[in-house]
Amino acid sequence: MNLLLFLRSVAEKLFHSSRIADDTEEELRAHVQLRADDLERSGLGRAEAERRARIEFGGYERFKQESYEALGGNFLETFLQDARYSVRVLRKSPGFTIAAVLTLALAIGANAVVFGVMNAFILHPRYVPQAESLYGLQHGSDNGFQSYPDYLDLRDRNHSFDGLAAVTFALAGLDMGNNPSAGWLNETSGNYFDVLHIRPYLGRVYHSSDEHGPNSAPYIVLTYAYWHSHLHDDRGVVGRVVQVNKHPFTVLGVTPPAFHGTLLFFYPDFFVPIVNHEQVDPGYDLNTRGIRWIFEVVGHLKPGVTPAQATADLNTIGAYLKKTYPKDEGNVTFTLARPSLYGDYLGRPVRAFLAGLMLLAGLILLAACANLGSLFAARAADRGREVALRLALGSSRRRILRGLFTEAVLISLVGGGVGLLGSVVLLRGLSAWQPFHQWPMIHMPVNPDASVYSIALLLALASGFLFGVVPVRQVLRTNPYEVVKAGSSGGVGRRITVRDLLLVAQIAICAVLVTSSMVALRGLVRSLHGNYGFDLRNTMVASTDLSMAGYSGDKVPAMQRRMLDAVQTIPGVQAAGLADYVPLTGGSNESIVFTDKTTDLRPSNATANALMYNISPGYFRAAGTALLSGRAFTWHDDKSSPRVAVVNGEFAREVFGSATNAVGGYYKMRDGTRVQVVGIAEDGKYMSLTEDPWPAMFLPILQSPSSSTVLVIRSSRDPQQLAVAIRRTLHELDAGLPVDIQTRYQGFDVILFGPRMATIALGIMGLMGAMLSITGIFGMAAYSVSKRLREIGIRIALGAQRKEVLQAALGRAFKLLAVGSAAGLVLGLLATRVLAHIVYEATPRDPLVLAGVVLVMLLLGLLATWIPAQRALSVDPLALLREE
Amino acid sequence: MPDQAQLLPGTLDLLILRAVSLGPLHGYGILLRIGQISGNALLVEQGALYPGLFRLVRQGVLKASWGTSENNRRAKFYELTAAGRKRLRVETDNWNRLANAIGAALAAQPEEV
Repeated sequence: MNLLLFLRSVAEKLFHSSRIADDTEEELRAHVQLRADDLERSGLGRAEAERRARIEFGGYERFKQESYEALGGNFLETFLQDARYSVRVLRKSPGFTIAAVLTLALAIGANAVVFGVMNAFILHPRYVPQAESLYGLQHGSDNGFQSYPDYLDLRDRNHSFDGLAAVTFALAGLDMGNNPSAGWLNETSGNYFDVLHIRPYLGRVYHSSDEHGPNSAPYIVLTYAYWHSHLHDDRGVVGRVVQVNKHPFTVLGVTPPAFHGTLLFFYPDFFVPIVNHEQVDPGYDLNTRGIRWIFEVVGHLKPGVTPAQATADLNTIGAYLKKTYPKDEGNVTFTLARPSLYGDYLGRPVRAFLAGLMLLAGLILLAACANLGSLFAARAADRGREVALRLALGSSRRRILRGLFTEAVLISLVGGGVGLLGSVVLLRGLSAWQPFHQWPMIHMPVNPDASVYSIALLLALASGFLFGVVPVRQVLRTNPYEVVKAGSSGGVGRRITVRDLLLVAQIAICAVLVTSSMVALRGLVRSLHGNYGFDLRNTMVASTDLSMAGYSGDKVPAMQRRMLDAVQTIPGVQAAGLADYVPLTGGSNESIVFTDKTTDLRPSNATANALMYNISPGYFRAAGTALLSGRAFTWHDDKSSPRVAVVNGEFAREVFGSATNAVGGYYKMRDGTRVQVVGIAEDGKYMSLTEDPWPAMFLPILQSPSSSTVLVIRSSRDPQQLAVAIRRTLHELDAGLPVDIQTRYQGFDVILFGPRMATIALGIMGLMGAMLSITGIFGMAAYSVSKRLREIGIRIALGAQRKEVLQAALGRAFKLLAVGSAAGLVLGLLATRVLAHIVYEATPRDPLVLAGVVLVMLLLGLLATWIPAQRALSVDPLALLREE
Repeated sequence: MPDQAQLLPGTLDLLILRAVSLGPLHGYGILLRIGQISGNALLVEQGALYPGLFRLVRQGVLKASWGTSENNRRAKFYELTAAGRKRLRVETDNWNRLANAIGAALAAQPEEV
């Protein structure tokens, strides 16, 4: 049929539907009349003739409907009709509707969120133009660190890339003229912006031509976000001279809003040429070939060059480097990977994690569809009589099925819409979320885009059809005569069906998740009150790096002493100490040590690999770390006195055999320096709460100076007031020193990030599991009640009590619930062994957890069977038996 | 009415087109005309005529207009369009070919095979 005719028929139907209906009616009636006329002429009475004519005509309503449909163009109309009808039907059973919509909303929402994250991180990360051809170099599947001389060789000798750029990270003090603050930056090679095709949003960016050797390019380029939030879009900033670590740098320009470097979740404040490395991040020397400190080297492949060809090209350079610099280079081999998640280093676990989540979300959706399917089957069974009547009156099966489908699609659309809305809110929240207080530059750009919306819509529609299809067989098999005659009943199956097993599995999984999330939650709560070798309470931590304010050499310890003295004068401060790092905040140094007798100081002869903290006198008292024996440090433990250390119990056991004979004993550092142990500190947790005991040594900061400075301040004053006082005190000492102040608990965020995420993830999955179990049990209970309505009626008529009625109606559902919950509880308790690696003190031997799980599962059961139970109890045997 | 043959699927359209090709007719008239030209040998369920008619109108091979019947009743009259005449020609040829082939097949004798 041609399009014009089709459109005309649709338009006719849309705009003249009542006229068409009248027309059809009139035409068919005319037919009957004409036939009656003929019959009358053959000698019948008029009334008899008309009766005969109607009989001869056949199913009048059916032919009318079919004729109407034959006119075409009624797709929209029947859909609207069905939709109106469905809305009416659904509104009559709000419990069912809400359960179905919520189930679907959660399942679709879960899928949309996971897909949104996957889309933003893996499928279409939008962080640089032409991301398809951008690759980062990595060593095997490990990290991609390079040294600067190696980078120069790679850049100049390869034939595969349109330029290679180097990029690394640093924290520096940035003083724009008003208040100095610490900012994260990218140090990059001069060609960085050209290699990545980034044009400035404002002013200009730097180029290779700006580099003329070390410290020759004192330029900074701001990111749009920093310019926007810290400089309030001040266009006059270009050309201004600012201080980076107290060195003058000129602001060249601002990068475009969408650009924030090559690492997806990292948002630097500004960019600085890597040739000025010494001023920005004193530490590693630019020209040392053997130390690989540059985070990554990235570049676009030339058109027509495959990753394999480029890898071969790079490996040729690697072989050249090994031959030319045998002292510095081992086997240098390269692979290519996407820089967005730092190649395979983070990319592989993230991809695996997301793929696992996606699979899980898909399974949840499938299970939700199965449950909704059985809910729909229960409804179709309930409406068996209505369906049969409609069939008997000449409605086509197709039309009835279309009605059922419309219901399913309506529910899926509403559920999908709600789920999508929730997921958009969640994704927006995730995008704005900065998980770490002290690392504000880390967040996850997972804003949803069109593909997320369309996937959610598609999934919703697909699942609507999936669960809508379940009752189809039932309707197709309906024999109107049988049903109308006998009522809808049929044998009640006693054997265990696949559906039962599926339900038990769902309940069991739900119980596992509920159990483990409760165990995790309890562990998490406990971990805030544990003993980790220091006192968490009443402690403030102020962190900075003195190099950010231009301190070096002897000025560093002098300034540290002044800082300590100053904070101790703050009213309410009971003790203060400082260290280069403090345990359980994510930063630390470690070093191998040797026994005093070892003379051959090869790494393989080391006796232990110990964590190393450089601390001031007073640190132990401020931190609340107990000294088991010996003494702490004094200000006399300086460069001119013998090297000393306080070690923890684990160190003493590993290096000296026991804690008792360690005090007074000696051990050797990596460089052979002899160090005498003067005290033993209690063991603690250092890197994570679930770690095995680490050996740790504390060294006097005067003997091993460090510009990294963490003040630990013990006071029972209100943290907010105290923080203000500390900031003011330090500001008086040096207004140009950026300091980060937080409570010891806040610093715990990093340590608790994993356990918290695990707990939240388990909680969310537990919620999903609970939702699945509820709809599953609800569907099965509703089905069994509606199937056995007559039996229940008879039982009530024969005098059955409420208890017996409920047992008959819901016994099976509760049996399944009990079996599933028991299995899940046992499995969940077993699974906590795995959980114990992530969450501190996750133990299943916890009566609160056991009681909690049982309670939750019972509540689930009650919630899910509430409506069917009400229905079973409210059966009126008289009405029922009369009806049947 | 005994000895009436059931219609083969799809043949009703052809019969309608043929009936209408002899002059404009209303629905009941088409029914009578089919009975007349087929010698009352075909069983057409009366109501089933209309979905077929409407379908043909939608396909553009028939056009319909209201008029008055011979015994003064308002009725809808159908006539062929140009496309309808072409369709009738093609379908008639098709039918003849099919009928001949089936006839030949059924008349085949064992020795001819």
